[in-house]
Amino acid sequence: MPRSSRLLLTIAALLVAVAFILPLWNVYLQAPQYPEGLGMHIRINTITGLKPNDLDNINNLNHYIGMKRIVPESIPELRVMPWLVGGLMALGLLAAATGRRGIARTWVVLFALLAVAGLADFWKWEYDYGHDLDTENAIIKVPGMNYQPPLIGSKQLLNFRATSLPGGGGIALALSLGLGVVALVLDRRARTATVVRETQPSEDPDAGRTAERSLVTSRA
Amino acid sequence: MSLSRRSALLSGSAAVALGAVYFYACAPTTRSAGIGAAGDAPSRVYVAPGSYDEYYAFMSGGFSGQLAVYGLPSGRLLKVIPVFAQNPENGYGYNAETKEMLNTTFGYVPWDDAHHPSLSMTNSEHDGRWVFINGNNTPRIARIDLTTMTTAEIVQIPNSAGNHSSPYVTANTEYAVAGTRFSVPIPQKDVAISSYETGAFKGALSFITANEPGKMRVAFQILMPGYDYDLARPGKGPSADWVFFSSYNTEQAYTKKEVEASKNDKDVVAAVNFKMVERCVAEGKGETWNSEYVHAVMNEATHTASSETVRGVKVIAPAECPGSVYYLPTPKSPHGIDVDPTGEFLVAGGKLATVIPVHAFSKMQKAIADKAFDGEKDGIPIFQYEAVNFCEIQNPGLGPLHTEFDGQGNAYTSVFISSEIVKYTLPGCQVVDRIPTYYSIGHLLVPGGDTRKPYGKYVIALNKITKDRYLPTGPELTQAGQLYDITGDKMKLLLDFPMIGEPHYAQAIDANLIKDKQVKFYSLAENQHPYVAKSEQETNVTRRGKTLHVKMTAIRSHFAPDNIEGVQVGDTVLFHVTNLEQDWDVPHGFAAIGSAHDAELLVMPGETRTLKWVAKFPGVYPFYCTDFCSALHQEMQGYVRVSPAGSNTPLKWSVGKPAVVAQKD
Repeated sequence: MPRSSRLLLTIAALLVAVAFILPLWNVYLQAPQYPEGLGMHIRINTITGLKPNDLDNINNLNHYIGMKRIVPESIPELRVMPWLVGGLMALGLLAAATGRRGIARTWVVLFALLAVAGLADFWKWEYDYGHDLDTENAIIKVPGMNYQPPLIGSKQLLNFRATSLPGGGGIALALSLGLGVVALVLDRRARTATVVRETQPSEDPDAGRTAERSLVTSRA
Repeated sequence: MSLSRRSALLSGSAAVALGAVYFYACAPTTRSAGIGAAGDAPSRVYVAPGSYDEYYAFMSGGFSGQLAVYGLPSGRLLKVIPVFAQNPENGYGYNAETKEMLNTTFGYVPWDDAHHPSLSMTNSEHDGRWVFINGNNTPRIARIDLTTMTTAEIVQIPNSAGNHSSPYVTANTEYAVAGTRFSVPIPQKDVAISSYETGAFKGALSFITANEPGKMRVAFQILMPGYDYDLARPGKGPSADWVFFSSYNTEQAYTKKEVEASKNDKDVVAAVNFKMVERCVAEGKGETWNSEYVHAVMNEATHTASSETVRGVKVIAPAECPGSVYYLPTPKSPHGIDVDPTGEFLVAGGKLATVIPVHAFSKMQKAIADKAFDGEKDGIPIFQYEAVNFCEIQNPGLGPLHTEFDGQGNAYTSVFISSEIVKYTLPGCQVVDRIPTYYSIGHLLVPGGDTRKPYGKYVIALNKITKDRYLPTGPELTQAGQLYDITGDKMKLLLDFPMIGEPHYAQAIDANLIKDKQVKFYSLAENQHPYVAKSEQETNVTRRGKTLHVKMTAIRSHFAPDNIEGVQVGDTVLFHVTNLEQDWDVPHGFAAIGSAHDAELLVMPGETRTLKWVAKFPGVYPFYCTDFCSALHQEMQGYVRVSPAGSNTPLKWSVGKPAVVAQKD
């Protein structure tokens, strides 16, 4: 793989580390009587409140509609995710270090699959919390109403406007995957240029390089 | 992979990343943008210095136990009237003259939870004589005299608990009412709490005579099924013989009520034809129970309250007076049950309902004639919902609570969860406007909004949460109201103002009906207090065993006597202070060092009040005037000399010289 691809892969793999620091996703809740807002950070290994007691406060509010309590310890994905993401980071660094195309491709594909699976799983949890209500004990029951927050975007849930957006960690992962894809594209372009040069000798031996460099510049 | 596809992929991933950044940047801000008041708001609520407000508003103090008087539209606090709670500011509930006001069968209860002011009515219009207010905790109703703005009378409600649906006086102040919010065994007895399930708990609806000052009595009590009777409202016009009580907990739950009492799709509003019950009781139906309750009255001549225990109440079951009580099925846990100015529409605020049900009195009359019933409960016919329901207001917001009217065919309902006021037409049943409140409105108030002829003009939101609306003051924040203009098609926020205690309900009355009747001072000549001193010549100190009575006067700027000697350690000194002033706005205060049994006294001109002071240590101790009365207010002070017990210091008192020495017995 060209040096540029390996550099990109290194950056991409290191970006994954951000997911260990910043939340993957944020859910904001706004209501008239909560001008200061309430919200949750969905982190790689836990769920925390935007403010220290937000999660407890959200759970307290949710009892009115019969929603299950959000207990991070009871969500197995949060125990697995650090290992998966850590593994992903290691594999990315391995691809960068060895420069082996096969590993890099595997990494990007695996990453993309995990991302899709992760989002689908998140959606499923949201669906579950929003629909699996204790209708027997719910205090506020609105016929036909569910309380599933959106995956991305805003939705009115009774007096709360729920807004769900990727957090810094989620954005870093998206960027990382994006950089991985770019690294593969650059690699492919470099190879194509080489093949072209080999089959059709050019007068300018640096033509492929230049194209590659200009591409990098234009994306920078 | 072709070049163009690759480029598309690349730009795609860049777009995802950029999009994410964009969303992140657009995460909701943590503070909502405050909605500024309308442009002309300052002039609409500005009452120029020296000018009067247009309305007196009587705002319940909630857990302060008191009643606050505000001016509208300025929102200025004019007075806090002590009602159910001790008030150290003027000694109410501490001194001997007022303590009896707080007497009950439980003994002296110096606090209550005051919720719903109700102005006296003549022909369903506020007449400006009195305002009544309920005590929720230890069931009581107080009558406040609007000429002195003081509590004149308090009557306890027996066979009740949680006096919430109260006082809501009837069209001509025949009765103040008192429902039972916490059903209990009636009469009280030692039973298992779980016997609630088997019907051992009841909720009495009490009617208290209210039209004769000093004579409030429980006229009769209707023994109802053990639901929680929440709020009430008398009818008017065609429905003037009726009082409507909302209720929740038709589930008859007695634990985890937030869940267990929220299960039924419909609870009930009880419609009580009190004129019919009155007749049944007069005919001798029902029983006389030996129940006791305390009745306390402030005697205007002696300036002293007395209380008596009244024994015996008439109790009647609905079944004993057929046709007097009905249930109107009403969606979910209704709070307010409010009657429009015509007396035709009954608006219920089902706090968990998704619509606001409006029942029609004429349909109810027809349903009675047609016997359009859907079962009965303990002899109370339950109407078919469709037979009494006029319409359901759609999309009313979340958590509708309480409704008032502007007399122009509009209703205004407070909506708690979505924190707004919703305006709709009656009989049109269409929502025409809504406006946010800050935050979580409970009751609301339109001046005269519960009468046959509302003044309209404003609606005031009485909120439960203020959060970020004012400079923060630690964990405990102020309570507040917002005043909105309702003269146009759109409600407009004009003013936000803090309030005392927790305002529940409030009522407002045209200031012209009250302001010229205000008592400026009490007549000294008519003061019949047993220890009054109507002049300095009448002042003295008398000893009865270990108690000393000091008949003292206060006038700008001295007390008489201001030197007292011969008090001994262990003596109780009762300072009976009469304010000799006969002019407006010259109260005198009185306080003595180490006064452990009392607050201060604030004595109005012509009034007598008593401070109890126990001499603890030998020495010379000061007392002084606490209300800045004059240029030489600081000099308005005196001394009590305390000698050791058994000493032979003669009892003497003076102001100036020479001292008067008590005659030896």
